[in-house]
Amino acid sequence: MNFVMPDFMPALPEMFLLGMVCFILLLDLFLSERSRVVTYLLAQSTLLGALLLTVSLYEEGRALTFSDTFVHDPMGSVLKVFIYLATFLVFLYAKDYLRARNMFKGEFYVLGLFGVLGMNVLVSAHSLLTIYLGLELLSLSMYAMVALQRDSVQASEAAMKYFVLGAMASAMLLYGMSMLYGITGSLDLGQINTSTAAMDNNSMLLAFALVFIVIGVAFKLGAVPFHMWLPDVYHGAPTAVTLYLSSAPKLAAFAMMMRLLVDGLGGLQEQWEGMLILLTVLSLAAGNIIAIAQTNLKRMLAYSAISHVGFLLLGVLSGTQAGYAAAMFYAIVYVIMGLGGFGMIVLMSRAGFEADSIEDFKGLNERSPWFALMMLILMFSMAGVPPFLGFWSKLAVIQAALGADLVWLVAVAVVFSVIGAFYYLRVVKVMYFDKADVGAPTVSAGFDLRVVLSANSLAVLGLGLFPGSLLALCVAALA
Amino acid sequence: MTFEQILFYAFAAILVFAAGMVITVRNAVHAALFMVLAFFTSAALWLLLEAEFLAITLVLVYVGAVMVLFLFVVMMLDLNTAPMREGFARYLPVGIVVALLVIAVMAMAVGQRHFGLEQMPVPVPHGADYSNTRELGLLLYTTYVYPFEIAAVILLVAIVAAIALTLRQRGGTKTQNIAEQVAVRRDDRVRLVQMDAEQRK
Repeated sequence: MNFVMPDFMPALPEMFLLGMVCFILLLDLFLSERSRVVTYLLAQSTLLGALLLTVSLYEEGRALTFSDTFVHDPMGSVLKVFIYLATFLVFLYAKDYLRARNMFKGEFYVLGLFGVLGMNVLVSAHSLLTIYLGLELLSLSMYAMVALQRDSVQASEAAMKYFVLGAMASAMLLYGMSMLYGITGSLDLGQINTSTAAMDNNSMLLAFALVFIVIGVAFKLGAVPFHMWLPDVYHGAPTAVTLYLSSAPKLAAFAMMMRLLVDGLGGLQEQWEGMLILLTVLSLAAGNIIAIAQTNLKRMLAYSAISHVGFLLLGVLSGTQAGYAAAMFYAIVYVIMGLGGFGMIVLMSRAGFEADSIEDFKGLNERSPWFALMMLILMFSMAGVPPFLGFWSKLAVIQAALGADLVWLVAVAVVFSVIGAFYYLRVVKVMYFDKADVGAPTVSAGFDLRVVLSANSLAVLGLGLFPGSLLALCVAALA
Repeated sequence: MTFEQILFYAFAAILVFAAGMVITVRNAVHAALFMVLAFFTSAALWLLLEAEFLAITLVLVYVGAVMVLFLFVVMMLDLNTAPMREGFARYLPVGIVVALLVIAVMAMAVGQRHFGLEQMPVPVPHGADYSNTRELGLLLYTTYVYPFEIAAVILLVAIVAAIALTLRQRGGTKTQNIAEQVAVRRDDRVRLVQMDAEQRK
């Protein structure tokens, strides 16, 4: 047996993360309730440290290590950077929320960081084995985080639903992977790609494996008809956890789709394109129409997430480099907007009051004109109104789809996004034109949360005015 | 039919029977015991495939540890299965159609045509001195060291999650304080009393 020592350098951020999480896990045991903030600060500096390491490795170029189970490439590096940033914001937004609900515990940060490690593994996976293990590491952390608020019946129910359905989706994915392994005799994505490309394109066996893999990916993304868990989990979980679920894991799910469908099964593009078209149309329709009926803001944003997944798939299914770059741009933009949206709910809430119903935003303009403006920016951006960032991401995927001659699909997407604009604008109407209830609370959140959330919303506007750099970064990452 | 084939079909038949019983018997304890039977027979199938290490691990870990623990949990719980059976008849037709459809597709994909002996010839059997465990160990700690480490991290997350979800400090529980028990002195527990001897009546 000839074994060469693997090159550890490309996996430096992962190793740093793992070491720090274990350190935080142990240190947290010795901290008193009052010095718990040390755990928070350490978690944040871990994310920043990993960010620095990933950025310093960006120039290295594509490299395979650990017997080709790990890949380092620009796409992975860019996604990892945004995963760290998103999680950094989640931890920052969540701090006061967790404090007020007696959930300010080390476990939240430890599980959150383990989730980040899982996302990193998933983003850099180059073997079916690492994809599956990274996914499980991420999912297991998320199930536990949803259940963390044990006294809440809603949270427990959400966690149970998420766990059972998630386990089923993992089983589906695993079955598809086992079929793929049976057909190609390899777990390595590169080898799977070469051997499937050489095979008969209409092989029923390959299609059989592909169906299961697409189902697994669609579940993790939350595409219709595999979206059932998403509104319940987003609604039932504590808002701080919803914030986590809705942000960075979307980037990891996008990476998983890219690794499996493009890196591994790129030769079957004709076959998965049809499946993704179906998912796209259903997601756009169900997400946008059902969202109209929601009175709970968390639920509404969950359905909005489903419709955004439809747009994301639109970029991927066009099957070109430009399309993949547009989809990646869309994923990153969605995460920035989603963080702002759920961040606003955290901002408005305080102990004993969740502020997660649209009613709670009534007359926000009178109480806090500044944050009403911030929410307006976020809602307009999600609806795709120019010049906000959300418009450019929609434009990019639509251009990509037009490049692949999918005119009818683009028409469907545009029609549904116009329908979708209704429920975003309703939030704006409620904030600006409805009278506030007597005794409605004013914004009383901490200074750091207010400043960073404002910066988050202003970034949506600022990047919307100059969208070139972020899009260029995505194009360069996939070139 | 060779002896090996007879063994295979016998064990496979018991496995399918046991697996079916796991989901159909009413008593949860019986279901757990059928699960043990299913594990045993699949371990036997693995032995036929020359995967001795996996077969023994399956018996030791799943039957020996996991299922015994599971049996304890099942016996502790007061399961009321009536609500679970609600709507069984209503969903049955849909369930049957979906199950038959999946079975039909699977039968078309997984079978002689694609995974028969022509596509996947029988591997050369290894000699008696071939150590399955050693080969697995060599692979796990070299080629697959990265996935192996991630699996370890997943187990760590499972521990953290389990403790975070179940450990709860409550007043009034009768938990043992080991340190206090060890540090106990005779004077804390035993009181010597001086009494006068009683008169015999």
